[in-house]
Amino acid sequence: MHSFGYRANAVLAFSVTILALICGIASFSDNFNSPSPDAQVRVLNINWFRKKPDGNDEVSLTLNISANLESLFTWNTKQVFVFLAAEYKTPKNALNQVSLWDGIIPSKEKAKIRIHTTNKYRFIDQGSNLRGKDFNLTLHWHVMPKTGKMLRDNLVMSGFRLPEAYR
Amino acid sequence: MIVTSALIIWKGLMCITGSESPVVVVLSGSMEPGFKRGDILFLHMSKDPIRAGEIVVFNVDGREIPIVHRVIKVHERQDTGEVDVLTKGDNNFGDDRLLYAHGQLWLQRHHIMGRAVGFLPYVGWVTIIMTEKPIIKYILIGALGLLVITSKE
Repeated sequence: MHSFGYRANAVLAFSVTILALICGIASFSDNFNSPSPDAQVRVLNINWFRKKPDGNDEVSLTLNISANLESLFTWNTKQVFVFLAAEYKTPKNALNQVSLWDGIIPSKEKAKIRIHTTNKYRFIDQGSNLRGKDFNLTLHWHVMPKTGKMLRDNLVMSGFRLPEAYR
Repeated sequence: MIVTSALIIWKGLMCITGSESPVVVVLSGSMEPGFKRGDILFLHMSKDPIRAGEIVVFNVDGREIPIVHRVIKVHERQDTGEVDVLTKGDNNFGDDRLLYAHGQLWLQRHHIMGRAVGFLPYVGWVTIIMTEKPIIKYILIGALGLLVITSKE
């Protein structure tokens, strides 16, 4: 009962259990954080808007994204992954979500973002439905913890519209 | 005792999360700095529709190792509810079309094994070491066997 083998096994089992408990508590403590982020997006310019040779519409935009995501961070947060998606309906598709830009916020100090950029990923439709299309720009964030449960949420900003004609 | 409790927890997780493989080990650096090689991810599969931003685990036809990346584009059909999905690793420059099967532009629901909902750092290194250096696996099994034989009870 007091051999090295038994003691080693007992220590190992105990420490693994305690570690698991600590991870669980760390993750649970995230529930006490009530985030209140806010964000604003402006479409500064439609750079070009065309129909590609394969028949699908494509548009290039310049965006200005400003957001304050400080309230998402807790001591158990490793990073916040944030992305902006254009969301719209077409006759064929009930929902289209196209990510236009994404970024990683590594710490609370960097959580006030002001980004001025053209879309990082191509805004391509399945079909030719984008002329005059109303769409939402939704800022999504994904809080990735140091350990435990991940949290996803988003903020919908509506009222954007693509031009009636190609340019 | 650790081994049996690990087995019970594993099987229990399989029931609770409703997925065949409720835990995966991160094998590459394509999702850094969020997920590093050696972390483990807890998966959950529900009938909820796939949405942009979710981190999904999927199999490509012809590849046996599942890939864990983020959904960046979703096109969901009105009539059937079927969905075309494009994924990308956070740390990769381009999207995953290079990883999909030849000529495949989108993933469908049946390719997706689960969503990552939680994670634990470093724990997966045990699996990586045992897969990449199988000699360690043999040593471990040998040692365990020896323990069983030599224990006095």
